[in-house]
Amino acid sequence: MSSSPPDRRPMGRPVAPLLQAAPLALVLLLFFVFPLLATAVVSLWNYTEYSLVPDVTSRNYVEMFEGCSNLGEGLCTTFRTYLSTLRLCAMVWAFTTLFGFAISYFLAFHIRSDTMRMALFLVCTAPFLTSNVIRMISWLPLLGREGVVNQFLVASGLVDQPQDWLLFSDFSVVLAFVHLYTLFVTVPVFNSMMRIDRRLLEAAQDAGASGWQTLWHVVIPLTKPGLVIGSIFVIVLVMGDFVTIGVMGGQQIASIGKIIQVQMSYLQFPAAAAQAVVLLGLVLLVIAVMTKLIDIRREL
Amino acid sequence: MDEDRRPLTFWLLGAFFALFVAFLYGPTLTILVLSFQGPEGGLTFPLRGLSTHWYQTLWAGAGVIDIWASFRRSLRLGVVVMVLTTVISLLAGYAFRRRFFGQGLLFNLTIASLIVPSIVVSLGIALEFRLLDDAVKAFAEENGVEWLSEGYATAMGLFTSGLGAHLTWTLPFGLLIMFAVFNRFPNDLEEAARDLGASPWQVFRHVVLPLVAPSLVGVALFGFTLSWDEIARTSQSIGDANTLPLELQGLTSTVTTPEIYALGTVVTGVSVLVIALAFVGVSIAKRRAAKRVLG
Repeated sequence: MSSSPPDRRPMGRPVAPLLQAAPLALVLLLFFVFPLLATAVVSLWNYTEYSLVPDVTSRNYVEMFEGCSNLGEGLCTTFRTYLSTLRLCAMVWAFTTLFGFAISYFLAFHIRSDTMRMALFLVCTAPFLTSNVIRMISWLPLLGREGVVNQFLVASGLVDQPQDWLLFSDFSVVLAFVHLYTLFVTVPVFNSMMRIDRRLLEAAQDAGASGWQTLWHVVIPLTKPGLVIGSIFVIVLVMGDFVTIGVMGGQQIASIGKIIQVQMSYLQFPAAAAQAVVLLGLVLLVIAVMTKLIDIRREL
Repeated sequence: MDEDRRPLTFWLLGAFFALFVAFLYGPTLTILVLSFQGPEGGLTFPLRGLSTHWYQTLWAGAGVIDIWASFRRSLRLGVVVMVLTTVISLLAGYAFRRRFFGQGLLFNLTIASLIVPSIVVSLGIALEFRLLDDAVKAFAEENGVEWLSEGYATAMGLFTSGLGAHLTWTLPFGLLIMFAVFNRFPNDLEEAARDLGASPWQVFRHVVLPLVAPSLVGVALFGFTLSWDEIARTSQSIGDANTLPLELQGLTSTVTTPEIYALGTVVTGVSVLVIALAFVGVSIAKRRAAKRVLG
């Protein structure tokens, strides 16, 4: 760095920033850009049981959507899997958004001391730095047939016998997702809320708005960027997931990520690559729509 | 808002907040308690006595595949990821304070690296290394390089593909933290140093670095803990030697004793220890920075 003095004058072309950014660019090129390109290329390759065959074929995409045009005989596996993943996505999104919003609102508008607010914010975010798998495992003694929840339900007479739907079900999967990912909504929404000029709320009140009206017409529109960023995080994390759905679903629930993982374990790399390309396309589509949402609102 | 009396929404949201915190921490505390199950105890309550039995079996390595090897692997990888994340994020964050060619593209790529589903990144890295392996083998055979064609298995490994996969996850967080730091950074101090004749390196070393040091502890914390717990991006790209979270994921379906709770508690303990160390580090760095500015 000392060997390349940065040039602050606008006419000069500074070299120092380029060199300083180079390591980041190199890592992303080697471990992000090239891998995505490799995925796109391999998705068009053929394969045998043992090796990749580099000739261009549409086989992987054709096989992926085999029988999908024939809706009369029910949905094909691919569509069914996508639908069930999207359904999980919608449920998780609804809960994380609601919870994340409520928590941020409490921290941003109801806590008066900055120190207290920071402390409570850290309490909410610290678990992010601990292991996801262990946080999933932690639910097992609570939700199992002999678990704490069932012991309580039976003892209190609410149910006659232990409930099976608590664990290795859609319920436990959604519960774990909400447990793990509410934070991804809380942080950006909290950030948006802290930037809201408090005088706007007072102005709304002075103009005679009720609490709900202030929330709906002032707070939510101003929090929209945070809500969109949080939603993108949650949707993308759930759509590509295979770990949480695997562990909490008892390896019984299908998901897009799971298909890719299984195909990889059978060394069907091109098929997995095709799945990945379609998944990536869907994710990008969702992101494009969601970012449009904020822009349109801004224009209105 | 009435300044003296708390509105009803405060109590409702406060109650919800408290419940949410219980929801966040309750399960982890449950396995903390259950990890001290007596030797006859099972995976759930009631506790049959209190003991460190399961920690002892864990320490002896009985029952579980060589868990300590993966523990050490994850620790080593975590430290390397931590150092690289801190250095690369600091440099890149510093670079972004000025204009440079490809700035917008690099920023978008970094955000994309955060957003693209982990399974896709993981698969991509696996494919990349597979293509690389095939190319190396083909090259070795064509040119008759014997030591290469016989000895070479794969370039995949903990500190190649595994390290790269982790960096694609930790660097976006590192860069975003550095953005937040440099956004609040006082430019006039740098200018003053420059006016006094400091070289760019001296400005960086004696003005910028001491001021951002506390935040670098935060970047390091993210670097280590995100790597220590990473699973989705590692899964396809690690090669043969699994990291600890991957072993743990495998254990969820095979282990039927509280040993897994003991292991989980130890792993969480490492995270908590690192977070605590980071807090100590930040306060030390802040104190030193304050002393430097005042003295």
